[in-house]
Amino acid sequence: MKLFLDAVGLRGPGLDGWEASAPILAGNAPYLPASTAIPPAALLPPNERRRAPQTVKLALAVGAEAFASAGIAPSDCAAVFASSGGDGETIHGILATLAGPVRELSPTRFHNSVHNVAAGYWSIATGAKTPATSLCAHDGSLAAGLLEAGAQALAGGIVAMVAYDLPYPEPLASARHIGAAFGVTLLLSSVVSTRSLARLEIELCAPGDYACVTPELEALRRDIPAARVLPLLEALARREETAVMLEYLEDLALTVRVVPL
Amino acid sequence: MKPLLISGLSLVSALGDGLDATWNALREGRSALAPCEFEELPIDAWVGEVQGLDTRLPADFSVFDCRNNRLAERALAADGFEQKVARAIATYGAQRVGLFTGTSTSGILTTERAYQTGALPDDFAYAETHNTYALGRFMRARLGLAGPSFTLSTACAATAKLFAVASRMIEAGLCDAAVIGGADSFCGTTLFGFHALGVMAQGPCRPFDAARNGISIGEAAGFALLERASEAPEPGALLLLGTGESSDAYHMSSPDPEGTGAAFAMRQALADAKLTPEEIDYINLHGTATLVGDAAEDKAVTNLFGPATPRSSAKGFTGHTLGAAGMVGAAVAAIAIRHGLLPGSPHTERLDPAFASGHVLAGRHAAVRHVMCNAFGFGGVNCSFILGRNAP
Repeated sequence: MKLFLDAVGLRGPGLDGWEASAPILAGNAPYLPASTAIPPAALLPPNERRRAPQTVKLALAVGAEAFASAGIAPSDCAAVFASSGGDGETIHGILATLAGPVRELSPTRFHNSVHNVAAGYWSIATGAKTPATSLCAHDGSLAAGLLEAGAQALAGGIVAMVAYDLPYPEPLASARHIGAAFGVTLLLSSVVSTRSLARLEIELCAPGDYACVTPELEALRRDIPAARVLPLLEALARREETAVMLEYLEDLALTVRVVPL
Repeated sequence: MKPLLISGLSLVSALGDGLDATWNALREGRSALAPCEFEELPIDAWVGEVQGLDTRLPADFSVFDCRNNRLAERALAADGFEQKVARAIATYGAQRVGLFTGTSTSGILTTERAYQTGALPDDFAYAETHNTYALGRFMRARLGLAGPSFTLSTACAATAKLFAVASRMIEAGLCDAAVIGGADSFCGTTLFGFHALGVMAQGPCRPFDAARNGISIGEAAGFALLERASEAPEPGALLLLGTGESSDAYHMSSPDPEGTGAAFAMRQALADAKLTPEEIDYINLHGTATLVGDAAEDKAVTNLFGPATPRSSAKGFTGHTLGAAGMVGAAVAAIAIRHGLLPGSPHTERLDPAFASGHVLAGRHAAVRHVMCNAFGFGGVNCSFILGRNAP
């Protein structure tokens, strides 16, 4: 798939937006550990803002950042949300209630339990009646999101790929470790424009070496499924034509040739 | 879109295993809904339960064992589907057959049971049962597929959207054929969740009835095998002709009463299939029998098609099978086309007088070439797709 990358949104531990993070990703500034700063969901009407769980706030923050930097309206674009597990806090709350003496669930918690919770709030927040989807491939969710968003972009229009993950609470955290909150948005298009940051050539391939250049970023990449995007962002920030490999399934990976424009 | 050949299709629901069992129930007007007897989830509601899901998965796949994956396994055995996938692998190679699954519940019933014991067991298989991709992981291992794969989870429109995914993935050259489909099964999360929302019907659900009062939940699994159609497909071949997707941008769990997003998805599907509304012979409605949802869909459908196009919802037969509803829709569409049957709507006694006249309450025979299927879900997600028979 030949695509153009128009904008990036990024929130992770010590990574506060694409602009601020690019020098770290390029190796020109030191990586300083910090917990992920998730801003309030300014896009949402007050009622929805109150009801929205943290995963939604994270996804909306990185989505809004990418669209603001590209200077285009989200309401015109399709969106693909990729998450390795939906909203863990909400799922845990439901499971705990169902295990208790009175199995009465909160209606809001129930509708927040769907995997496409971020896609739903995103369309409400932006007024976008365009398609929004939500998918999962466990540790390979980021790569899966890239394939789906890429295929949508080839069919026409600009497509936002939003990948995000937050740690589970216990006891699920012991069964499924996710190191920290991390969200990323890539705005993809099949046509070049003045906004285009890079050309991406994406292909399926056999698994190989996924490692980030910077050791601290490699630690994040291994620790959070959505952070599997970091080799691509490093290549983009370094502004050198290079091919990186992104982790997908046990027997399948993606190569992405990044050609900065 | 370029039409895709649907070379395999399977369904397991409370109506039985396979398209023939489904057809028999549809033509007899026989509903599978009954008061809930699922013992670990006591709830005063009618449901469409799939019987016989107590058998564990084969030993080689025991790590995947959970109700949802057992249901998916049953749908591989139905309609010779597994053999059709084997043929596709022989033709294209395992890496060139994509696998795009859909579910809303995945195997969360297993986690619910674990929470009731106070701790997750040491052998709790998160990735193989609980995780949304558990279904895709199981199917990929079970079928020996090695191509691109993910599980799409957009609530009750999950499997419907897979028709659009498959057409784009094949068009983008990421695969030559695609296995799509999925399963949704009973769990406390959905049974008590819909109860909390106050949308569970008293008695069986009655889509588009003047006295409808909510949904009945059902279980189902189904799969389809899609391939590029040849320049001249065989006469009578079943084809995917078009898909349309949209968002309501209205509310997380309540549809836009104007049906604007739903209408947008239907118009997109028609444009994608290069068909006019007059060329659609039957509409398989989402029709879950909620007050607002049925009214919004009737409005959207009637605005686009006029009052007369025959239409019905299968929810009175199977219950609302949530993420699997798209596969129920595809199976009903295939049966309507193959057997010339316009299915009725059991339990719907008196059509809401506010609705258009095209609603089919008692099944009848008619020539059917093109069918539109609708599926809508939480988050305001809408999807429509069109199946058709290649002209003889």
